[in-house]
Amino acid sequence: MFLLNSIFQDPERFDQLVSIAQSSLLPMVKGAIKYTIPLTIITFVLGLILAILTALARISSSKILNTIARIYVSIIRGTPLLVQLFIIFYGLPNLGFTIDPFPSAIIGFSLNVGAYASEIIRAAILSIPKGQWEAGYSIGMNRTQTLKRIIFPQAVRVSIPPLSNTFISLVKDTSLASLVLVSEMFRKAQEIASTNYEFLLLYSEVAILYWIICTVLSIIQGRIESRLDRYVSK
Amino acid sequence: MISIKNLHKSFGDLEVLKGIDLEVELGKVIVIIGPSGSGKTTLLRCLNLLEIPSSGAIEIDDHLMNFNGKEIPQKKIVSFRSLTGMVFQNYNLFPHKTALENVMEGPVIVKGIPKKQAKEKAIQLLNKVGLADKIDDYPFQLSGGQQQRVGIARAMGIEPKVMLFDEPTSALDPELVGDVLQVMKDLAEEGMTMVVVTHEMRFAKEVADEIVFIDHGEIVEKGTPNEIFTHPQHERTRRFLEQIHPLSNNNEH
Ligand SMILES: Nc1ncnc2c1ncn2[C@@H]1O[C@H](COP(=O)(O)OP(=O)(O)OP(=O)(O)O)[C@@H](O)[C@H]1O
Ligand SMILES: [Mg+2]
Repeated sequence: MFLLNSIFQDPERFDQLVSIAQSSLLPMVKGAIKYTIPLTIITFVLGLILAILTALARISSSKILNTIARIYVSIIRGTPLLVQLFIIFYGLPNLGFTIDPFPSAIIGFSLNVGAYASEIIRAAILSIPKGQWEAGYSIGMNRTQTLKRIIFPQAVRVSIPPLSNTFISLVKDTSLASLVLVSEMFRKAQEIASTNYEFLLLYSEVAILYWIICTVLSIIQGRIESRLDRYVSK
Repeated sequence: MISIKNLHKSFGDLEVLKGIDLEVELGKVIVIIGPSGSGKTTLLRCLNLLEIPSSGAIEIDDHLMNFNGKEIPQKKIVSFRSLTGMVFQNYNLFPHKTALENVMEGPVIVKGIPKKQAKEKAIQLLNKVGLADKIDDYPFQLSGGQQQRVGIARAMGIEPKVMLFDEPTSALDPELVGDVLQVMKDLAEEGMTMVVVTHEMRFAKEVADEIVFIDHGEIVEKGTPNEIFTHPQHERTRRFLEQIHPLSNNNEH
């Protein structure tokens, strides 16, 4: 209200806000392009690889692999992401491992995505009917071939919607990387706001940028889903 | 050709197969009938090792498998399994693959046959089951009867010595049953060795060389269709036949 009143009563203030918004846009977009987006993409790819390996460990018959995967998922899901990031960035140096902000963030977020996505992939694999395994076996495939050629492609389709949600959450979660000193988009907003105290304006602006990125991603998600739906009756 | 010796299968405490002995000669069609829960599906699944028998032996085309409760290496299971082609009650086609890809999958991935050659053969097989114009359709675009015929073509694709059918028509609308049975008759006429579990008694009468009646995991009686349908020796067989076709026995006389 205060902001709106002051805008309407004072055209000069309005102009000032517009110019701050404009001049802060470039640094924020840069933060997005240099850090937020690469962090999201790299993390998601690494996280997915980790997730697939973890899911395979979870459905394997090996007790050891199964236990390791279980403990990993349990720890990641049972502790706050921010605490995980702090342990990696601020904690590990106490053991003599100092990791730069960006790699720290990549490690932290990848471990996080890996755990959550592994549960999605595992559930998707388990959701494929037993008859599909048997059909694979019946034409002479072994377990690996059946998993790779028959089960996995179908599981991918099942897991695209929840994985897309993970991806979109990740975009937003990368804002936490600001707290381990990565100069991503939100940190840029914080830095600018700390010089001119226009917190509402700058945080709203960065919110809009996140929203635009997520909306674009949702549209892409929709496209991918409808492409993968081609073999499913509507 | 196939020789099953004293085959037992238990699930936990439940003994489902209690010593099955059966011989199937090359090119013969055996139809297995019996009440629900008698172990027909389990017997077929044991023949292609989707279930591992608890004890006994199976020999198919000079490949002998003995069962004694010990774990069998996957390699051995896989190679023995390729001797048989399985047709499932609910088709189990791969939904993410076209009819053609369903049929090519085994030959290409398992047998390593070059794609072009596998494709030609798959088209031939789909032709044979009357689906020449459906090769690029996905399973969801096909009727149940068409899906089941793809299922048969897929099983034939791996060039099995024996085809196993587990109630291939029981999930189908009545008007679609005929086409599938026709395909099976054609196969039988070409000399394919077949073991068929079915409730289609007309098919059994026309096509089977031997009918095997199973109850409670045992073979109660076996014989030619004429022997079983018109002169069943056992009370249990008689009762079963009356149940599924209350009047058909009388009609035969
Ligand atoms: N995987 C399994 N675990 C435990 N019990 C099983 C399993 N598969 C089958 N059975 C049991 O074994 C018995 C025989 O089952 P099976 O499916 O072989 O019968 P069927 O003769 O094919 O019956 P239907 O005509 O209904 O298909 C049943 O009592 C069934 O409950
Ligand atoms: Mg059955």
